[in-house]
Amino acid sequence: MYAFDFEKPKTVAEAVEALSREDAMALGGGQTLIPSLKQHLAAPSALVSLTGIAEMRGVCTGTDGALCVGGATPHAVVATEAAAKYPALAALAGNIGDPAVRNRGTIGGSLANNDPAADYPAAVLGSGATIVTNTRSIAADDFFEGLFTTALEPGEIIVEVRFPIPQRAAYAKFQQPASRFALTGVFVAKTANGVRVAVTGASENGVFRWSEAEAALSADFSAEAIEGVSVPAEGMVGDLHGTPAYRANLVKVMTQRAVRAA
Amino acid sequence: MPKDHGIGASVKRREDVRFLMGLGNYTDDMAIAGQAHAVFVRSQVAHGRINKIDTADAAAMPGVLAVLTGEDFKDVGGNPTGWLINSRDGTPMREPKRPALAHGKVRHVGDAYAVVIAETYAQAKEAAEAIVADIEELPAIVDMAAAVADPSNRVHEEIPDNLCYDWGWIEDNRAAVDEAIKNAPHVTTLELVNNRLVPNAMEPRASIGEYFPGTGDYKLTTTSQNPHLTRLLIAAFVLGIPENKLTVVAPDVGGGFGSKIYHYGEEAVVLTAAKKLGRAVRWTAERSESFLSDAHGRDHVTRIELACEKDGTFIAFRTETMANVGAYLSNFATVTPTFLHGTLMAGPYKVPNVYVNVKTVFTNTAPVDAYRGAGRPEATYSLERVIDKMCRELGLDPFEVRRKNFITTDMFPYTTPVGLAYDTGDYHATLDKAMAMADVAGFEARRAASAAKGKLRGMGLSTWIEACGIAPSHLVGILGSRVGLYDAATVRVNATGNISVMTGAHSHGQGHETVFAQIVADKLGVPEASVEIVHGDTSKIPFGMGSYGSRSLAVCGSAVTRAIDKIVAKGKKIAAHMLEAAEEDIAFENGSFTVAGTDKAKTFGEIAFSAYVPHNYPLETLEPGLEETAFYDPANFTYPAGAYICEVEVDADTGKVDVVAFHCADDFGNIMNPMVVEGQVHGGVGQGIGQALCENTVYDENGQLLSGSYMDYAMPRADDVPFYNVDYSCQTPCTHNPLGAKGCGEAGAIGSPPAVVNAVIDALQRGGHSHVTHIDMPVSPARVWAAIQG
Repeated sequence: MYAFDFEKPKTVAEAVEALSREDAMALGGGQTLIPSLKQHLAAPSALVSLTGIAEMRGVCTGTDGALCVGGATPHAVVATEAAAKYPALAALAGNIGDPAVRNRGTIGGSLANNDPAADYPAAVLGSGATIVTNTRSIAADDFFEGLFTTALEPGEIIVEVRFPIPQRAAYAKFQQPASRFALTGVFVAKTANGVRVAVTGASENGVFRWSEAEAALSADFSAEAIEGVSVPAEGMVGDLHGTPAYRANLVKVMTQRAVRAA
Repeated sequence: MPKDHGIGASVKRREDVRFLMGLGNYTDDMAIAGQAHAVFVRSQVAHGRINKIDTADAAAMPGVLAVLTGEDFKDVGGNPTGWLINSRDGTPMREPKRPALAHGKVRHVGDAYAVVIAETYAQAKEAAEAIVADIEELPAIVDMAAAVADPSNRVHEEIPDNLCYDWGWIEDNRAAVDEAIKNAPHVTTLELVNNRLVPNAMEPRASIGEYFPGTGDYKLTTTSQNPHLTRLLIAAFVLGIPENKLTVVAPDVGGGFGSKIYHYGEEAVVLTAAKKLGRAVRWTAERSESFLSDAHGRDHVTRIELACEKDGTFIAFRTETMANVGAYLSNFATVTPTFLHGTLMAGPYKVPNVYVNVKTVFTNTAPVDAYRGAGRPEATYSLERVIDKMCRELGLDPFEVRRKNFITTDMFPYTTPVGLAYDTGDYHATLDKAMAMADVAGFEARRAASAAKGKLRGMGLSTWIEACGIAPSHLVGILGSRVGLYDAATVRVNATGNISVMTGAHSHGQGHETVFAQIVADKLGVPEASVEIVHGDTSKIPFGMGSYGSRSLAVCGSAVTRAIDKIVAKGKKIAAHMLEAAEEDIAFENGSFTVAGTDKAKTFGEIAFSAYVPHNYPLETLEPGLEETAFYDPANFTYPAGAYICEVEVDADTGKVDVVAFHCADDFGNIMNPMVVEGQVHGGVGQGIGQALCENTVYDENGQLLSGSYMDYAMPRADDVPFYNVDYSCQTPCTHNPLGAKGCGEAGAIGSPPAVVNAVIDALQRGGHSHVTHIDMPVSPARVWAAIQG
């Protein structure tokens, strides 16, 4: 990798200051950024690690009952500490990548990167979570803006993610055979205000809500309720692991499996 | 009570102590004073004309010691091909020069055209990016049929149809086979792809070149399966270094699977650079370089026809194959799709007529060569798949069809219509065994249980045979080999009685250090701990041909045995003198030389000591010392065979296939170490399941490798494979080598892919998807789902 300066601030304010430098980049767990640096695909002037900021690490319960996950919290911590309060989220976190990835990768890093096959975006969008940054709160519905694109401004840091706890929820992932990212992953959450269905891995535009399934499931929360519903293949990803039609099929199959598991 | 030592004992692998504790010594582990680092610059286009390579900026960068391009190697030799194949019309194959660094043209993505050598790896890496290459991109030649059809676009200018050769085997069979197929009551035809595989050894290739100006000696430390062969190629063909001025060392090597048989250009480059700079020059491939530049495996497109009676009795097999060799001929690229493939196309069956046609084609892709099984997996897959398809077409039982056509025990030695002489085997026995292991009778109940949880269950069979222990030299010479295929071993009994054994075979995971020691200890009646196996260094070992083709035990193990025989014979002479008896009265048993009918005896250690301290010794008739070398050139190939039964569950909603059971009944002849044999079968079947279900090497129409990393190239993982059920109790010992051993290294990778695919087709057919008669490998979830949709 090319040479860069390294900083590990202790507070969000220090991190914001460090990131104001030209071509500085935030570093979460580095599970995407470090390989990119090794391949000479990025040349930051400085890396600003966010994992030394105590207020950004850990899982707690907010005053409104929401599950609050610090932006620099590794997946492995979420897998254990969220297990009692939000088992569907904990199960998702516990099945990201492999143990090395789960002990380094962070929720903030995953969301800021917004890989179209990442798991966390499905949980955040499916749960209707709120992304809290150093400057504002962003609803999940407003956060994801397509492949590797989010509502974050340059230098903006994900401090915390707040998950309202649904009545029932589950995540069903069909793994891409090589990377074991989600070839298609579906997060289903049944809340007092209706059902949310968020799909990752399948669409050319990244994570999305499947509104037809949401409507059907809000009326009848059962796998059979979406038997007659389908997503069009158009707009789905086609690559060496599957055609758009295959992914469209998986969207429905995995949604049904998530509903059964919820 | 099973044996705990010697031949036939499951002795734990002594090498595993260092491998598992991180104490191995691999090429990349070695630090040499003054070493410099090489980074290769590789083509990003599949096909292009090199107009100019501007190295000035790179050469001026910090730490850079040298920049070399193809121009610096244009006057040295090319990397040669080890086997001459003639086309059907008698013309010799086309052999384009393979330079150490690309010159004039780049011919595949990853083709190295320059190298930067710098003080540090980081400096070399950064300078490599500063090389400005004016490479005029040409249309990529990727599809084999298009390559042959279009003479205007050529991988090598001198080869107008991109064809290496058009080979027929056996050409004299051709007319009879055509006639038999024309007149047959039933013909089943299958078109299939044997998918290209990237070897993915755990240790990437690595090489260190050194030059010693005081003596003019060169040393190459490299990841090789056969250091003597590498030395021969570099010395005699590429760099013209006298063979005795070059030492090649292959230390611990982390897997090869064939890909490290070959000499690669990087080895010649680091040696040349070392001499130029007067410093050691090292290189270790990055994983992406391994994907792009290691010799790949398989890549056949085949149409096979099976002609038979309505009762399934075979009449003839006819195969037309296009085999991809990639951009250049790797060392054994020409023999793999021909003599290692066509000669196996009779399988274990008494089929009267077989003809094989192979057209081998140049494309703008990485070179393709032997990979675990090398031609035999391709033959087995074609045969066992078309037989399965025929059984479905005629409504015949696949087990009974095999039985009806097997060569039987009373027919050995048996010469097939494709030229091999099988010495021994019992194919009914291994099939019986596999069927018992698999509880074939209980399948229906298991299928019903799978159906109850929404899964389609299927069972697939493969009855395979291979030819391994490659040799004999006089035969392979007739067939075009440019090398002999013996192996060699030196047994040195040291003065204190312990033993060093230098082998031509190289162990890169197989367990030679344990198993050869078992053989030596067993035959000399000494403890295994007193036997050390030395391999991988041309300055220490005799000229052997290395390890590939499941030949280490059958060929080099036989050389070890012959050398031991010489040791014992000499020991008897020494003992006769010491015991004042006639040589013919001396017996050797359990480590002791005795005079028959008396209690007079000398231990092996006493004899060894006497050989080196020859105070009481027949010096006038016998040289002192106790060291013997044997070269062993086998009389025939060996013919391991077996029956594999696979059961799968298919999730029809997603297309996902789970291998839920895998039963192997193998005949490897005599077994030296059952645990090592089981490990070889487990690994081979794992690779076969990987080929069948996971591994997909995809070049796009521009010759870009889309599956160039583990993000897209699916290697089989622990949860992709079942717990294996392995048996090797059906043993028909090889009739022509002293160990009676046949070899087991490739069997799993040869026999398993058709068993898996047959099982998937069976599951879909039983599950009501009767329109699905074939799915090409890898049988990925997306392909299975698409096949179900029709």
